[in-house]
Amino acid sequence: MNAPLSREWDSLRQSRRRRLERAASLGFGKTIPTEKIIELLEAVIQPGDRVCLEGNNQKQADFLSESLADCDPARINHLSMVQSVLALPSHVDLFERGLASRLDFSFSGPQGTRLAKLVQEQRIEIGAIHTYLELFGRYFLDLTPNVALIAAQAADAEGNLYLGPNTEDTPPIVEATAFKGGIVIAQVNERVEKLPRVDVPADWVDFTVLAPRPNYIEPLFTRDPAQITEVQVLMAMMAIKGIYAEYGVKRLNHGIGFDTAAIELLLPTYAADLGLKGKICTHWALNPHPTLIPAIESGFVESVHCFGSEVGMDNYVAARSDVFFIGADGSMRSNRAFSQTAGLYACDMFIGSTLQMDLNANSSTATLGRITGFGGAPNMGSDPHGRRHASPAWLKAGREAYGPKAIRGRKLVVQMVETFREHMAPVFVEELDAWKLQKSMGADLPPIMIYGDDVSHIVTEEGIANLLLCRTPEEREQAIRGIAGFTPVGMARDKAMVENLRDRGIIRRAEDLGIDPRMATRDLLAARSVKDLVRWSGGLYAPPSRFRNW
Amino acid sequence: MEKLDFSFDSAPVSRSTDPALCGVVGSGNLEILVQSGVKPGTCEICIKTAARGFGDTWRAVIGSFAASHAAGGTVIAINDMGATPAVVSLRLAQALAEYQGGA
Repeated sequence: MNAPLSREWDSLRQSRRRRLERAASLGFGKTIPTEKIIELLEAVIQPGDRVCLEGNNQKQADFLSESLADCDPARINHLSMVQSVLALPSHVDLFERGLASRLDFSFSGPQGTRLAKLVQEQRIEIGAIHTYLELFGRYFLDLTPNVALIAAQAADAEGNLYLGPNTEDTPPIVEATAFKGGIVIAQVNERVEKLPRVDVPADWVDFTVLAPRPNYIEPLFTRDPAQITEVQVLMAMMAIKGIYAEYGVKRLNHGIGFDTAAIELLLPTYAADLGLKGKICTHWALNPHPTLIPAIESGFVESVHCFGSEVGMDNYVAARSDVFFIGADGSMRSNRAFSQTAGLYACDMFIGSTLQMDLNANSSTATLGRITGFGGAPNMGSDPHGRRHASPAWLKAGREAYGPKAIRGRKLVVQMVETFREHMAPVFVEELDAWKLQKSMGADLPPIMIYGDDVSHIVTEEGIANLLLCRTPEEREQAIRGIAGFTPVGMARDKAMVENLRDRGIIRRAEDLGIDPRMATRDLLAARSVKDLVRWSGGLYAPPSRFRNW
Repeated sequence: MEKLDFSFDSAPVSRSTDPALCGVVGSGNLEILVQSGVKPGTCEICIKTAARGFGDTWRAVIGSFAASHAAGGTVIAINDMGATPAVVSLRLAQALAEYQGGA
């Protein structure tokens, strides 16, 4: 028998105590003066620490990020960063200035090019690119932060935090850090005597600092209806009639593109005319998209749970508490972890877009010279094998995929793309750029956003391909070629086989669905401008100035 | 700027009214003018496009249009500013319908 291990069992707690003592010896209490933040960070962060820097689609702990980047790399170095997104210039500065050396993350949108350069120069080591839930999960297993730098709307004197409508990723970050001997530091937009509500209790928070300006928020989910094209209207009509109506899709998530914005704006018009109100699109895991306002106002939508909020939507959302999740204080509570869980297990459909798709229906938004990650799409765009509850949409899809005696259902995972992007770049390709990117980055896997075997349908201007009904790899390939339009992949189709697939309903054209493409005009959109959205909201939606032209 | 001329066999157009104009010349869009021609079984198309080097794609798009629509006996002029094949196909269908009196 082995002897009992002789070791300390509270080294994390001791480390935490030493860090807090260092801060106290410098005269710091719980409330940190703005101009002293670098001194505090240098006192409590140690070389080699795992640090979580909060930020996602909406709010960013931008002041803490910039302050950390301004710390002395002789004192703080070899940090291992864990964070949802690498979005701000200061996030990349951490690596360029030698403070941090390793990164585990989910999405790097605007910094994708700088990140790729750092990888090629071997100045950064990427642990892995995750989907959000996966990264949050690892916070509770092998990537627990030593220090979390978070963003809140307000703090009271004790250090309780109010997060406002943009809760986003804060709960899992704080919980993982605070309960495993870590240090939690919050930047706040304001200090108040009494918070509207307590989102994070003070004893989970070690320090608060008033940011010199409110945390940065990006209106990422605002799509101007004026930019929706007739081709997008046509694809939206096909999706509504050929998928939403046929499967009776009630619970769903939409991507952020103009394609799905067009669907949202056709609900009160085209879908209502088809008699679909109450039959589709009743329950959503979705950010408060301004383009969903007409559908909400028309009574289509019963419930929306949000990952985060959206700039300008707060008053509208607060005034629709039957639809959104609103606290007793009257403001929304969002939560990315729970909304992603809903997107995975409780939604019958995910529909989104991509930049490239291959003949196995693998899709990716990664292009050469950029490392971007995919945020929540790989999670929501996957068929969860852990689901056990049934719904008509899930059962119908399951029977199409596995036959009439299926013992499981199937999530609908729909990719909606025009066959060509801007500058005539074909979406359908023989090989994804992801494979070249994998080689140039030395990654374990090609960065694929949604695996082809998860995809159930593809919608293009040429029609809908139902991959669930394909019985051989050859049929799948021709089903994809058969809706790939005039791309080289589309033109290389086997015409006889494609016509056979059409006869079997695996490929359906607009006319097969009883849709006249010439009816696809912008007149069908419930709102044709941002101003229309404001009108639908009764003046409650306050769009950011860049979306105002009146 | 590139100029392309195509001529495809197509079933004769069912009826024709006045020349029809559809679309606008703007980024990613195009303008299509449909007029009557002299050959009833032929659709003649003249394209001026800002995007060079897409002759094969145009040939495929127009060929598909001529095969799937009764467009014989028309002369179609196109001014293009980089419209995708999806937009071109949709506009052609709209312009032909307009030419036939909005049918």
